[in-house]
Amino acid sequence: MLYRTSGQFKTTYKADQALFPVRQDAILLGFILILAWAVFPLMASEFTFQALLIPVLVYALAAMGLNILTGYAGQLSLGTAAFMGVGAYACYKLITIFPGMNIVVAILLSGVFSAGVGVLFGLPSLRIKGFYLAIATLAAQFFLVWTFEEWAWLYNYNASGAIQVPNVEMFGTMVAGPLATSTTQYYLVLAIVTVMTIVCINLTRGTQGRTWKATRDMDIAAELIGINLLKSKLTAFAVSSYIVGVAGALFVFMWRGAAEPNLFSISLSFRILFIAIIGGLGSILGNYLGAILIVALPVVLNTLPHTLGIEISSATVEHLNIMIVGALIVFFLIIEPHGLARLWALIREKLIIWPFPH
Amino acid sequence: MTTTAPETTTTADGRTIGPVVMEMKNITLRFGGVAAITDISFDIREGEIRAIIGPNGAGKSSMLNVISGFYTPQEGEVWYKGAPRPPMKPYEVARQGIARTFQNIALFEGMTVLDNVMTGRLTHMHTPIWRQAIWKGRAEQEEIANREVCEKVIDFLEIQHIRKTPVARLPYGLKKRVELARALAAEPSLLLLDEPMAGMNVEEKEDMSRFILDVNDEFGTTIALIEHDMGVVMDLSDRVVVMDYGKKIGDGTPDEVRNNQDVIDAYLGVEH
Repeated sequence: MLYRTSGQFKTTYKADQALFPVRQDAILLGFILILAWAVFPLMASEFTFQALLIPVLVYALAAMGLNILTGYAGQLSLGTAAFMGVGAYACYKLITIFPGMNIVVAILLSGVFSAGVGVLFGLPSLRIKGFYLAIATLAAQFFLVWTFEEWAWLYNYNASGAIQVPNVEMFGTMVAGPLATSTTQYYLVLAIVTVMTIVCINLTRGTQGRTWKATRDMDIAAELIGINLLKSKLTAFAVSSYIVGVAGALFVFMWRGAAEPNLFSISLSFRILFIAIIGGLGSILGNYLGAILIVALPVVLNTLPHTLGIEISSATVEHLNIMIVGALIVFFLIIEPHGLARLWALIREKLIIWPFPH
Repeated sequence: MTTTAPETTTTADGRTIGPVVMEMKNITLRFGGVAAITDISFDIREGEIRAIIGPNGAGKSSMLNVISGFYTPQEGEVWYKGAPRPPMKPYEVARQGIARTFQNIALFEGMTVLDNVMTGRLTHMHTPIWRQAIWKGRAEQEEIANREVCEKVIDFLEIQHIRKTPVARLPYGLKKRVELARALAAEPSLLLLDEPMAGMNVEEKEDMSRFILDVNDEFGTTIALIEHDMGVVMDLSDRVVVMDYGKKIGDGTPDEVRNNQDVIDAYLGVEH
């Protein structure tokens, strides 16, 4: 009933190509935006910011970057965490070399470094595909983490070998470092993630998106239709690594506050990949759904039994979390390879024609 | 068969056949020791429907792949629009205005019909990536302008009702039509069709034949096609090249080819 689309006629191609041709979708999105920009920050506690809101946004952004590469352009990558690391270390170096630099500028610039490294490690994709490419990106993963460990200049020769986010001020407010408040950091992350999401939507719905999808679906036909595969794949690596790099900078500067090389290990890569798979490859919305699930699941498992009066040790909770996530991945790979986003699309389709079956 | 000089003729049904668009000069293509094509020359003139026929393994598809730049011949030259074409990548050939369909459907299965057809127009869309990221302005205008062209093609091929359907859900016959739509959306100066009617029933073949004739008639598109169904080929095409074992054994109007002894031998077999 709520999702009735009758009476919404499109008379121009512009209206038909609008982001939300169905009015109810626009209303729903507006509602979510109000929640994110006004309601959550007013109600959220320090714990909610640190354990739910900021991680969801950062992980969703990283997964979005990976999704551009894997979901849209069809190039499997296992090096996401390493590219996040490049973004984080680049941001750290920028902030420490130019202390007066605006943090937003530094974060957006650090993505450029990540994009460069991404293109470099994307070069093998011109020759190899699928799992073989995944192995090549795996090389990036290990090589880059090793670089973070061995190249002392990257962490300013700290004795600990880790990077520590300094206090950074922007327009008289502390935005990064130990003195920054969670609310400020949340707004900054939210703003950057919102802009990045709009960019991703625009890129994937137009010419570039079709170029990537054509490369993914059938590369030979794509080439014979006039697509330069080299350009298409390297653009995907560049855009993807840029977004992942920005996510990495946010990850350390707006959330963790400090990072050692091991933070960017393969397990983080897999975490991002799982978010993208569970959320839905080839979808923007899916990254958010996947991130919410992966981030919220351990929190729910930790607090729910407690409030119900059931005592579960934290080790059991940890194991439960791994088991459930694992089962979900198997479930989605077999039953619904397009993830939560496709489930939502199916529900929506049914709602539009409800109560009729078709 | 020496029509290098530009000339214009009019066919019986009133279509204009213009000068030579593409000329294959002594093409030889080998895979290792196997010669797929041996010393073949023929031309394609503007506005005509040119068929390449021959038994299985005659080298027809290889010929089409040479034209679309997928294979580079060891010997011979491909002349396009009056100049020899240097060896180039398939995507560069496509950007010169040569579009094609495939023997085994090669649609982008993860996209809708409309997106597939729009992909055919990629060679006409040049908005830089940063303007696409902003969307408003040039990217949006370009999208709408090209959407209009695509909608004309969709209208023409009568696939409006499946516009927003994912290609993977379509039956075989419709997929073939969508593939034709994708190639047409590029507004090609030469359209290559690799067995457009393979695996179709009689009714679907009739539909497809009508579309091919209409495309040629309405847009004046030059078409080169490979087909097995002799009846269809003889009805559709203005001129026919016959290949057998990688060699050209006949070239001319359908009537000339039909009465060519070599062609009859190749198709019916001959006592050795």
